[in-house]
Amino acid sequence: MPGKRPALGFTLFYLGLIVLIPLSTLIAKSLLLSWDEYLAVITNKRVLASFRVSFAASLIAAAIASLFGFIIAWTFVRYPFPGKRVLDALIDLPFALPTAVAGIVLATIYQPGGFLGKLLSQAFGIKVAYTPTGIVIALIFIALPFVVRTVQPVLQEFDATMEEAASTLGATRLQVFLKVIFPNVFPALLTGFALSFARGIGEYGSVIFIAGNLPYVSEIVPLMIITKLEQYEYAGATAIALTLLVVSFLLLFVINLLQYWVRKRSGQL
Amino acid sequence: MSILLSNISKNFGDFAALDHIDLEIPEGELVALLGPSGCGKTTLLRIIAGLEQPDSGRVLLSGEDKTEQHASHRGIGFVFQHYALFRHMTVFDNIAFGLRVKPRKERPGEAMIRRKVHELLQLVQLDWLHDRYPDQLSGGQRQRIALARALAVEPSVLLLDEPFGALDASVRKDLRQWLRNLHHELNVTSIFVTHDQEEAMEVASQVVVLNHGRIEQQGSPSEIYDHPANAFVSKFVGQTNVFHLDNEDKIWLQHAGIVLDDPEALTAHVRPHDIDIEKNADASSSPFTLKDWQHLGSAIRVELAREVREQGKLAPVVYAQMPNERFKALQLAKGDRVALRIRHAHWFN
Repeated sequence: MPGKRPALGFTLFYLGLIVLIPLSTLIAKSLLLSWDEYLAVITNKRVLASFRVSFAASLIAAAIASLFGFIIAWTFVRYPFPGKRVLDALIDLPFALPTAVAGIVLATIYQPGGFLGKLLSQAFGIKVAYTPTGIVIALIFIALPFVVRTVQPVLQEFDATMEEAASTLGATRLQVFLKVIFPNVFPALLTGFALSFARGIGEYGSVIFIAGNLPYVSEIVPLMIITKLEQYEYAGATAIALTLLVVSFLLLFVINLLQYWVRKRSGQL
Repeated sequence: MSILLSNISKNFGDFAALDHIDLEIPEGELVALLGPSGCGKTTLLRIIAGLEQPDSGRVLLSGEDKTEQHASHRGIGFVFQHYALFRHMTVFDNIAFGLRVKPRKERPGEAMIRRKVHELLQLVQLDWLHDRYPDQLSGGQRQRIALARALAVEPSVLLLDEPFGALDASVRKDLRQWLRNLHHELNVTSIFVTHDQEEAMEVASQVVVLNHGRIEQQGSPSEIYDHPANAFVSKFVGQTNVFHLDNEDKIWLQHAGIVLDDPEALTAHVRPHDIDIEKNADASSSPFTLKDWQHLGSAIRVELAREVREQGKLAPVVYAQMPNERFKALQLAKGDRVALRIRHAHWFN
């Protein structure tokens, strides 16, 4: 690298151009509204409902993806099985797949007449498409690689003799997992959770088809923004976007604090 | 607790790590499993601990068959080569781990655990480190914490895998002595694995020499050193000169004082300190000249070059060792022709 000054200059220039200028535009645009107008946009019942749907679905999806992602990462690291390399590559598919394609595929198989949709509604009476459940499923699909790819390297690096040490000290399999393995993987799992959550909040393409977009039920925040934009209500759209941004940022901040606390408590800082 | 291994075999694929091992270790001994890399010594230790299952054979602890028992039920303390301390726990929590995972009925109270952990920390002389994390400790400190952690559950057998392997030389010397003293104090049957014969001789009360998955010899350090059972043990434990009784060596060996009319075997192993040298030998009785010498502190090691009649054949240097005074009295210079007197030799085929 050429040295501190040019490197720092480049970093600030880049961050300014790509991140700060668009964000400040967002704030400037929403400042066109007065405080009352802003509150009116935000506290609109339909908008509030969409916030509820987006945050709840993202949190639930991130939690479920964390659980599943952990199990999948564990399986990949711990057990040899045929076709492992192919499956390992498939994990990244949601990264690469255009989200709209994922959305259409999910909508097709989960719609009432679709393969899984039919099965679920006939066998268990569960309706997936056009409900918040559908949104959660789409978000889990998108979130999975985030969790697997953050947890996998940590499990890979994990010193297996720590498990043996715990065993010789009299710990049961469950105690070894809960007291030795899990605490070492937890910070990475938390990172995976935060990434999944953040991605879930902003996700549009994969959700929009399966969600059905019923007002008050399955409308997500990004959809509300697009709706406003289509009606040329730019200020309203940015007001919603800014709120989304602030709330997401606060939540991520809390998760980061939690992560800091976990690492500090476990001597990793 | 005594340890009895009978007919233990273990294969990794085609490689026989252990080949029908029978071994008995009486209670209270401090035993070294000594052997070169890949001789199966660590595998044997792991089988005793229950971290590895033998393909055949039984493991008996205090006469009880524990072959099928899981490592967590064997009551064994294991110290790993790279310590395997729990990175996410403080030193205190590491040592307390074994007490805290006990079933509720046997688990001591927090106050009791606290007392016990501090006792152990004092035993390993590291009480001031109790709230540190393993990453903040030096190698020697980690080693001692790992030992304290293993001792917390009051194991009836203590197993140590290359306990000094990852430490630098000066720390290693201190810890060897320390381990010996600790064993005196606790008197718990202990086995440690090492590839360093000096370490085995210095620390252990019993040495088991392993090679290619078999036991070559078991005995006290002096038995192993003074009466090696075979050529491998003789060469592996301590330094030794090997002479083959072809015609070449036969002539001067006769002059050197070993009776050769009826040789016991064809190869003689001679320790450097069993060779004495004399000045002013004539060329017919001795092919040796003084090549070089080194101070070992209390003794001098002399390198002797051997003349070879056949061209192109390289004869190995012969080492002799003697007290400083003796070497001074000889007043030797490089290139002087010397005669050898051999006090004692081991004969092997």
